[in-house]
Parts: sequence; C-alpha cells; structure tokens
Amino acid sequence: MDGRRGWGGVALVASAWTVLLFLVLPIFVAAPVSLTPKRFLSMPEGVLSLRHYVKLFTSEEWLSSIGQSTLIAVVATVVATALGTACAIGLWRLSSRFSELMRGFLLMPLIVPPIVSALAFYRLWNDLRLIDSLAGMIIAHAILGAPFVIITVSTSLANFDLRLEQASRNLGASVGQTLRYVIIPGIRPGILAGAVFAFILSWDEIVVTMFISKFNVFTLPRRMWDGIREHTDPTIAAAATALILLTIGGIVIQFVYAHRRKHAALALAAKA
Amino acid sequence: MSVGSVTRGRASASQNIYWLFVIPLLALVTVLYAYPIAKVLWISFSDPVLGLQNYEKLITSGTIQRILWRTLRICVIVTLLSVIIGYLVAYAMMHVQDQHRTWMLTLVLVSFWVSVLVRAFAWLTLLRSNGIINEWLIGLGLIDEPLDLVRNQFGVLVGMVHYMIPYAVLPLLANMKGIDTRLMSASRGLGAGAFETFIRIYLPLSLPGIIAAGLLVFIISLGFFVTPAILGGGRVLMIAEYVSVQVLITTQWGTASMLSAVLLITVFGLLFLMSRFVNLNTMFGAR
Repeated sequence: MDGRRGWGGVALVASAWTVLLFLVLPIFVAAPVSLTPKRFLSMPEGVLSLRHYVKLFTSEEWLSSIGQSTLIAVVATVVATALGTACAIGLWRLSSRFSELMRGFLLMPLIVPPIVSALAFYRLWNDLRLIDSLAGMIIAHAILGAPFVIITVSTSLANFDLRLEQASRNLGASVGQTLRYVIIPGIRPGILAGAVFAFILSWDEIVVTMFISKFNVFTLPRRMWDGIREHTDPTIAAAATALILLTIGGIVIQFVYAHRRKHAALALAAKA
Repeated sequence: MSVGSVTRGRASASQNIYWLFVIPLLALVTVLYAYPIAKVLWISFSDPVLGLQNYEKLITSGTIQRILWRTLRICVIVTLLSVIIGYLVAYAMMHVQDQHRTWMLTLVLVSFWVSVLVRAFAWLTLLRSNGIINEWLIGLGLIDEPLDLVRNQFGVLVGMVHYMIPYAVLPLLANMKGIDTRLMSASRGLGAGAFETFIRIYLPLSLPGIIAAGLLVFIISLGFFVTPAILGGGRVLMIAEYVSVQVLITTQWGTASMLSAVLLITVFGLLFLMSRFVNLNTMFGAR
C-alpha cells in the first residue's frame, strides 16, 4: 500500500489478520483436547497424556480404518489419474466443439452436489452388489476424483506447444513414444497436482461413503463421522490433530517444492 | 501454409487414435455415473406411481417448503457474509508486502485444506453447552447459564461461514490480481479521494470476482451436508440432510429424488448464469 497507509489501511490489514486467525485458530482446539488424560472429551487440566494417540495408532478399528482409507485413496487416485490424464490428452488433441461438450459432461461429478451423487451410486451399487465393498468405494471415488485430474492436466496442456507433438509424430515417433517422451514429461506438474486433488478427495470423502459402505468398509472419515456425532471419545480429537498436522505438512512441502521449481527455472533462464 | 495443412491432414488421420484415450473414462462416467443419476431423476416421476405428485409437494407440503426456505435463507446469509469477509481479506492481501501476503495465503490454504469433518468437530467442541467457550464465559462470570451456540441455526452459520471464506477469497484474489493498479493511481492523481477511488474504480473492476465468489459459495452451500448435519444436530435440516433422511430412514425415494432434481436444476442454472460473467474454464483451472 504505497507508503501512505492511513488509519483506514491499518484497520483493514488488522481486520484481515483477525479473520485469518478466526479461520485457523478454532481448528487447533483439537490439539489440547487430544492430550486430555480423561476418557471423555475435555480440556486437560495440568496433566497431559498421549493415551488417545496410542489408541489411534494401535487399536484395531482405527488402524483398519486408516488402512482402508489409504488403500481406497491410493487405488482410486491411480485410476482417476490414469483415466483423467488420458482423457485430457485425448480431448486436447481432438479439440472440437464436440470435445468441449464432452469435457463438460466429464466434469459433472465435480458439479453435482455430493448428496445427489450419493443417491446415484447407492441405487446402482445396490443393483451391482457393490455396496460395502472396497471395489465399490474405489470406483466411486475414482469417478469423483477424475474431474480434478482433467482440469489440472488440461491447464498444463493449455501451456504445452501442440507443435512439439506434431514434430515428434512427423519425425516418426509412434503415439506411444510421443506420449512417453514428449507429452507426459511436459505436463508432469498438472498430472501430479491432479493426483493430489484426487487423493485428498477420496481420503476426505464422507457423503457418498456413508451411503455405499456399511460394516466391512469403514473408512477414516466414516469412523470420525460416527465419533463426532457421539461426541465423547477423545480419540476423535487425536485423529483430527493428526489430520491437521498432515495438512500443514502437505502445504509446507508444496511451498518448498514450488520455491525450488522457481529457483530451478530462474537458474535455467540464467543459463540460457 | 502447405506444411501446416499437411500436418493437419496427418493429424486428422491419426486423430482417431485419440478417441481411445477418451473412451475409458467416458464409458465409466456414462455407465456408472450419468446413468444412475438419470435413473434417480426418473424416480422423481415414477415413485410411488407415474406422475408429478412428488413435485406437487413443493406446493402442498409445509415441511418441504420450510426445508427449502431454511436452505435458501442460510445459503443467502452464508454467501453474503463469506463474500464480504472474503473481500476484505483478499483486498488486504493485495495491499501488503509480498512476505506478509505469502503468510496470509498460507493461512487461507490451511483453512481450505483441513478436512471438513475436523472443522465441524472443532466448532462442536468450542460451541456446545459444556464446550470451551461456554466454560470460559461462565468462568469469567459473564453468564450463569450456558448459551445455546450450537445445534441451532447460529452454529450452522458459524461453521458454514468458516468453511466458505477460503472459497470466497481464492476467486476474489484471482480477480484482483488482474486489476491494473495504475488506474487507482490515476484516479488519485486526478483528485479523487481514497474512498471515492475504491467505490468508483476498484469495486466495479472487482465485480466479476464478487459474482464468481458469491455463486461458488452459494452453489456449494446449497448442497452442503456435513457441517449443517453436525452443527445443526438434526434440528436445522437443510435440503441435503433432508434428502439423506428420506432415503436412509424413511425410504421415501420419490421425495428424495424430486428434491435432488430441484437441487440439480438450481445448481446447473446458477452455473449457466455464472458462465455469463466469468470464464468457467479459467476458474476451474485456477484451483
């Protein structure tokens, strides 16, 4: 704010910081609660205990939920990323009015409210006997995650020079070689970003999950949902704290990575 | 030019192979997603008997009207608050040093990425009658009886605004980054005050951002399930939770799918409206 920031400017920035603290601080209430030595949700008084973390990482139910969530998220991410990337490349090369329409159609799972998607999966999965199965969860999450991959890969492709693909093909490379040595290396950041979105979507998904899982499949969000509704067991607070730390870790890694990329790009530019 | 047309000719000849790239996901989404959605929509006309009786409930059922009005009211309030607060944050972010901006953006992103369940849990812990805020207030002697801060509309509003502010900040920020600051300097140079410059130059230029942020928040709020369900405690039923109750508890598929259809039509209508103000491609790409 060009040096002449008056009282108004100071008040503006101060209130913006207040809002940001309002966004972040309440979330951290999970941390002290997770350290309570008591068996019910409470603020610790004097004594701190890690017993709820021990339970989170040793009890069979929590471990199984963490394991299932990880497995579902990893496989759903691989499927969504592979199909979404292929699809984005195909739409990019086909690019016509029809492919624009198709892009809109394929982004539908992102736009449709989760509750409507949940009803649709619930109906069909009942008919296909996929309710409460890992396969059912993985397919549903892959379908919901693929639009993110299409978006991020399409964004990368928009900056990718189409002539590189044509040059590669004209010089005799097959479609497979062109893909492997020319296109995919060029759009790797988009693919990675899409994979991260797809993973987080699956890892965090609760609405569809609630409809298509019962007992055998009981993901981490599902267990947290039940725990939050009962609102007694402090293990929820431990799980919440662990998830917050994981999120912050992810954001820090992303910043470091982006920072390094920027420096690498600058170094490259300096060389050239 | 002839080289171009040759490559184009070859490209179109080999274009067919790129269909193979599109078809797997297209098939998956068509068969396992679009088809069951169409089926759900069809149920709204066919369950329990063929006809429009499910849609008649929009006019005749007091319960459904209450749910719809409550959803609309909460969404409007949440949208207004989130966009105003989000505008303030985004505007301040445009006017601080780079380093401060990075920190502010980090806080927005932390809030944006933390699981919705974690946030609902945190607010429940803070707001419930024997929660932390009430215990503090009682401990300070400010109140004798705990305040009703949650399992009511107030709790839902707090949780939803808290969730939606980042969704308002990010599109506003994207828009404000594109505003040429020299216009403001010119306005000030020509003698307009800071306030007048803001109202007459900056605000109109940021209007597309406001509309995009508002519609985005409104659309997400309309179908929002988790936060209203947890912080409303079953007493502040919004449309999404009502639909889930209709299916999982009372198995009223006709009503549930009719409300799903209403929700879908509204969301797509709003997106259409939005596409007239902002380029949806860049907006979805920006995330």
